Amino acid sequence: MSNKKYWKSLEDLNNSPEILKKAQNEFAQEIPLEAFLGNNDSLSNSKTPRRDFLKFLGFSVTAASLAACETPVRKTVPYLIKPEEITIGVSNWYASTYDDGTEFCSVLVKTREGRPIKIEGNKLSTFTSGGTNARVQASVLSLYDNERLQGPTKDGKSTNWKDVDAEIESKIEAAVAAGAPIRLLTSSVTSPSLNTLTSEFMAKYPTAKQVSYDAISYAAIRNANQLTFNAAVVPSYDFSKANVIVSFGADFLGNWISPIQFARQYGQTRKLNKDKKEMSKHFQFESIMSLSGANADVRVGIKPSQTGAAVTNLYNAIATKAGMPALNTNKVSFEKSIANTAEALWASKGKCLVVCGANDTNIQSLVNGINYMLGNYGTTIDMANPLNLAQGNDKEFVSLVSEMKEGKVAVLIMLNCNPVYTAPKALGFEAALAKVQTTISTSDRIDETSSKCKYICPDNHYLESWSDASPKANSYALIQPTIYPLFNTRAFGDSMLTWMKSSIKYQDYVKSVWEKKMFPMQSAELMFENFWMKSLHDGIFESTMSNATPLNWTFDLTSSAAEISKETGSELEITIYQKIGSGNGSQANNPWLQEMPDPISKVTWDNYITMSPKEMEKRGYNILHEKEEEMNTVNLTVNGVTLEKVPVFPQPGQPEGTLGLALGYGRTMAGKVANNVGVNAFAILGLNSSGLISYHASKASIADNSEKHMIVTTQTHQTLMGREMVKETTLSEFQKNGKAGNHTEMLFIADGHEHKKVPAHTVDLWATEENPGFPKPGLQWSMGIDLNSCIGCGNCLVSCQAENNVSVVGKDEVRMNREMHWIRIDRYYSSGMSKSKAETDGTGLIDMYHEMEVPEENPQVVFQPLMCMHCNHAPCETVCPVLATSHSNEGLNQMTYNRCVGTKYCANNCPYKVRRFNWFKYFENDQFDFHMNNDLGKMVLNPDVTVRSRGVMEKCSMCIQRIQEGKLTAKKDGREIKDGEIETACAQSCPTNAITFGNIADKNSMVSKMKEEDRSYYMLEELNVQPSVFYQVKVRNIEDAGAKHHA
Amino acid sequence: MYEAPIREPLILGDKTNHEITEDICRPIEGKANKYWWWCFIASVAALLWWVLCVSITVGQGIGMWGINNIVDWGWDITNFVWWVGIGHAGTLISAVLLLFRQKWRLSINRSAEAMTIFAVICAATFLLTHIGRPWLPYWLLPLPNQFGSLWVNFNSPLVWDTFAVSTYFTVSLVFWYTGLIPDFAVVRDRAKTKAMKFWYGLLAFGWTGSSKNWQRFEEVSLVLAGMSTPLVLSVHTIVSMDFATSILPGWHTTIFPPYFVAGAIFSGFAMVQTLLIIVRKVLSLENYITTLHIDMMNRIILVTGSIVGIAYITEFFIAWYSGVEYESYCFINRATGYYWWAYASMMTCNVISPQLFWVKSLRTNVTFTFILSIVVNIGMWFERFVIIVSSLHRAYLPSEWGTYHPSWVEVGIFIGSLGLFFTCFLLFARFFPVIAMSELKTITKTSSTQAKRAALEHGHSHAAHH
Repeated sequence: MSNKKYWKSLEDLNNSPEILKKAQNEFAQEIPLEAFLGNNDSLSNSKTPRRDFLKFLGFSVTAASLAACETPVRKTVPYLIKPEEITIGVSNWYASTYDDGTEFCSVLVKTREGRPIKIEGNKLSTFTSGGTNARVQASVLSLYDNERLQGPTKDGKSTNWKDVDAEIESKIEAAVAAGAPIRLLTSSVTSPSLNTLTSEFMAKYPTAKQVSYDAISYAAIRNANQLTFNAAVVPSYDFSKANVIVSFGADFLGNWISPIQFARQYGQTRKLNKDKKEMSKHFQFESIMSLSGANADVRVGIKPSQTGAAVTNLYNAIATKAGMPALNTNKVSFEKSIANTAEALWASKGKCLVVCGANDTNIQSLVNGINYMLGNYGTTIDMANPLNLAQGNDKEFVSLVSEMKEGKVAVLIMLNCNPVYTAPKALGFEAALAKVQTTISTSDRIDETSSKCKYICPDNHYLESWSDASPKANSYALIQPTIYPLFNTRAFGDSMLTWMKSSIKYQDYVKSVWEKKMFPMQSAELMFENFWMKSLHDGIFESTMSNATPLNWTFDLTSSAAEISKETGSELEITIYQKIGSGNGSQANNPWLQEMPDPISKVTWDNYITMSPKEMEKRGYNILHEKEEEMNTVNLTVNGVTLEKVPVFPQPGQPEGTLGLALGYGRTMAGKVANNVGVNAFAILGLNSSGLISYHASKASIADNSEKHMIVTTQTHQTLMGREMVKETTLSEFQKNGKAGNHTEMLFIADGHEHKKVPAHTVDLWATEENPGFPKPGLQWSMGIDLNSCIGCGNCLVSCQAENNVSVVGKDEVRMNREMHWIRIDRYYSSGMSKSKAETDGTGLIDMYHEMEVPEENPQVVFQPLMCMHCNHAPCETVCPVLATSHSNEGLNQMTYNRCVGTKYCANNCPYKVRRFNWFKYFENDQFDFHMNNDLGKMVLNPDVTVRSRGVMEKCSMCIQRIQEGKLTAKKDGREIKDGEIETACAQSCPTNAITFGNIADKNSMVSKMKEEDRSYYMLEELNVQPSVFYQVKVRNIEDAGAKHHA
Repeated sequence: MYEAPIREPLILGDKTNHEITEDICRPIEGKANKYWWWCFIASVAALLWWVLCVSITVGQGIGMWGINNIVDWGWDITNFVWWVGIGHAGTLISAVLLLFRQKWRLSINRSAEAMTIFAVICAATFLLTHIGRPWLPYWLLPLPNQFGSLWVNFNSPLVWDTFAVSTYFTVSLVFWYTGLIPDFAVVRDRAKTKAMKFWYGLLAFGWTGSSKNWQRFEEVSLVLAGMSTPLVLSVHTIVSMDFATSILPGWHTTIFPPYFVAGAIFSGFAMVQTLLIIVRKVLSLENYITTLHIDMMNRIILVTGSIVGIAYITEFFIAWYSGVEYESYCFINRATGYYWWAYASMMTCNVISPQLFWVKSLRTNVTFTFILSIVVNIGMWFERFVIIVSSLHRAYLPSEWGTYHPSWVEVGIFIGSLGLFFTCFLLFARFFPVIAMSELKTITKTSSTQAKRAALEHGHSHAAHH
């Protein structure tokens, strides 16, 4: 051990007392403990004194324990690897095509975060030109139908594709080996690829044959063209070139062949402005009140059995003028109308069009004859570029059924059809189906037909598919998927390829067809890939149209006329028609379409027998008159089939002795929305003398049923009551004076001691020099609606519903006047009573109003789309106690849902009654088991629009989210907003361009120019609420205001 | 104060001050009779029904009612206005008649004020339940908040309404309670049980009955009466503005404020009649609430009923005279349209039936008055129904014409609100002095039968001397 000593300093070495003392202390220097502990004041003033520490401790413990409590966890799953093309919050648009075998529409699909949420028209297509209809708009919701099949099934049990394919392939091979027939039963297939594939299939399996069957058949047109022009086609029609349009029961604006295209063309002929003072004249001869009939200038109510006679009489009238021999026919009571029609047609030779809805070869042949005499071929009718739609061949279908009945058919593959539901019951398709050895359906659900099939190989929804379409010759369209298939479903093309033992994917197959067929048709793109990309981008490819070749008429119509004259009517006849919403019922499980009010009757959630109110009164049936009374029901027997408990609903304009019944209802296996809604009118269809499915029957009988049925409508009052919501005039008046029928509303004001009359809109309680009132500078959104080109189709309503997450409320709530639609189409019938008539007749006020409530027997009809008017002196805004509805500086009336407490005073004070209240919670509520009550259905919701909660008011926002998006885009680009760049959903989807939206402060905008037109007016202008929405006077192409339209 | 001896006495039966105390305290101190129990059980049953219906409404949404996007207000606002209107009589009796020194008010003011308070409570329940999100009614108050710069809309009559009704309720309650203090002290002083002593002692607010107490009491009463008087006019004026400031034909009418106030007093007095005729029977107070009182109130009913009738006719005249199409149709439709029966009921009950009170024998007939008071209240209910529903169901656009039918929940809430009202009133009749006895005693020397007799005898003897 060393004795060495180490020392720190000399003091240390010397052990000075000072050092010893210090060494006892822990710290060499004195710590000023007293300074901070001894002084209570400084302690409590320091940042965290003891008390505060305890407070913090307490808070932390409480906070930690609160945080540990379970709060609702809403999981959001971010994109771990974000797809390149998706930016959250920004929508992607894809061009695609809606082609369900009935109807063609070129569309743009809006997707958000990979979900398709909205369908819009594709303006690049010259076929549909950006138009859509309600069924196309609603189709996006059908994608998210949770009752779709989630995979293949065998004998009703779910299985896998491998097993199904193996079994089907062996069945097909066995059938081919045995020489037994294989049948492909399809709806109209316009797809060039699928048609090529089908022919390859038939080549590979020689016993296979394709049969085209459409639920709604237009076979007579093909047959008639075969007879008269030796070409079994449906020609292209061009209504836009027609100055005179005559339709015999063809609802070309609603459902006839290609209504989207025809509505757009028709709309063009109805546009009027200061430079264009001519419009088409439209005659409609029909039994039920169709959408086209409601828009006609002259509508003549006839019985369905008279259609042939009417056409023959018109033929004769034209033939007389053309110096051709007349045909034998029966006399009709409406000879004068026929003569007037012929006069108008003859005056517009080569610029007119006659169409007919009857599926009767003889009648259609005569219609061809009329058009031929009028020189319409090559102008309004194009035989060189015929439509590929409506391929259904009734005769082949009928023979297929008998073939099936005999048990001959080994394999039956069905695409896009539901014959157990749609085929006339008399044909006995269901029984025949049972005799087929192997039945394969490709339906997307277990429906009436597929449930009876051995295998269901569910097809993709079109928004999940690759394919193509060709609505008419030389016009092509591509279908591209906008979402990965939601379920384990497979495109029909892929199924076919699999069954043909091909390893190629249908997507590649489509591409190869385009490479072989369409690519050579053009010369703009040299590389196929470029052509393909361009076609995918545009959604369409249109090649040069073929030139018309002169047609030669050789056909003798005598026997046709003779056949027609045999048709005899009866006391009660029936027309079976399609509604605008439900169509043929294939999308019946779509709640948007079920709740969409029928444009004419305004009935939702039902079909019913339509009958003239006069006849209903005679039979003692209840006529709905703003009462919550139930309708009488009857048992209807047609073609030996009886439908029980069919409600009867009054339809003004329908001749006595006629009935109407809509198809597309009475589904039993479509899903919870559609099942047991209405009755199935397909069942009562029968075949006519041409052997085709007839959509009318000359003999129907009804027997009273003691039960009653509740019918619900969104409009219970039918007439205008002498008010001027809709202003109208006649063409001749309009040509004389642009302001005809549009007088300025005047108000009395005091000027000093004098009273004077001034235009209502000049009166302003608040206007000062600094604040001159409306219009203000900057952006001022405004909307113009042309009542002359609005056809009332209701497409805007469904479009708005999709865009703005408008709730579906169901039948019971509609009955309570609680439908939520932000835009509605008011439909008014004319009444025989008017103020001037009451004055001349000396009718008293009470009687006058009473009589005004009753529509005329054959009324004129007007449609008026109505949404929030965004009043600049809004009555709703002043009465809201909590400022939940307020005015934007861009002239919009805004709803702040979060602030609304729900006093509903705003709705009471709205003169237009456009406000909609959330009486219940309409989402995630089993009481309202529609799409917003399941996770899949909710995928359709637009993320830019709030889903409104219970107890708040809502209404049209003028698609504020679109305005905002447009403004942001313009801002990003550093430019001003271009006129027409921002479109509301209703304006965008309007097939006739009746709605114009824009900035009225910009004097050059379309909407400003429209406002300057003489026809523009504000509804209820005298209230001086200064709406942002204006209308344009409806003009009727009839002789004069006094003359009745029964020509 | 001198009172002519030929005026009819206001207190019958030679009541001394002590007897008055005995009579009025008897229901509080004794046991309730079977009539009270029957009424109470029925009322509580109706109240429970109200709880059920309100729970359904709050739980499910006001979609449980029949109102809809065409007729957004129905029974809810009808009932609200009806109840608020009923309240008016109480204030009128206690405040206006106090200022006009109408001594006959003394027997009835206590009950009438109680009625006011309970009626306003009932009215408030409709304000709270009729809104879409009934958990947020406080948003109608201009409270400082952190929701952003949110404030109420002072343009909206509904905000005025919130102020009007809440002020009315507060003032009425204070007025009523102030008047009750001396009477509570009487009950306290007579109390035989500890509990009664404690509770009534608490309610009596330390009343000693000193001159200073009385002096302050008189002053406060007068001040409160002064405050209440304008409220009689303002509350229903503002309620009427809920309609009058709108642009709806049938609502947009400048005649509404006076017409509503007259109607409110009309219905309020009818309700007072209904209640007091029951109370005087059940609590045996015939000596205090005499046919004279009933007669007096019937005269007011006659006057206000006539005013209301003239208002109805004026509305029709103006509708025709204005030449406004929508206005004239609205009134034609009111009388001849879908809801004509409601209009007919209103006209019969409110305009025709009160005219029977021109006949004195009917005016002083208790049974007849009782029936008629109910008829008037039915009529006044229909008046509000007619104004609200018949105007809304056919407004400007014929496409949006529709109908409205109440659901059972809505009807249930109305019946339940009657239960709420009568439960409160029966509890009041059982535990509170139903007549302002301290005040009533101020007229035993002038307006009781014995005083009248003495005055007459004095007069006679005076005459005999000459």
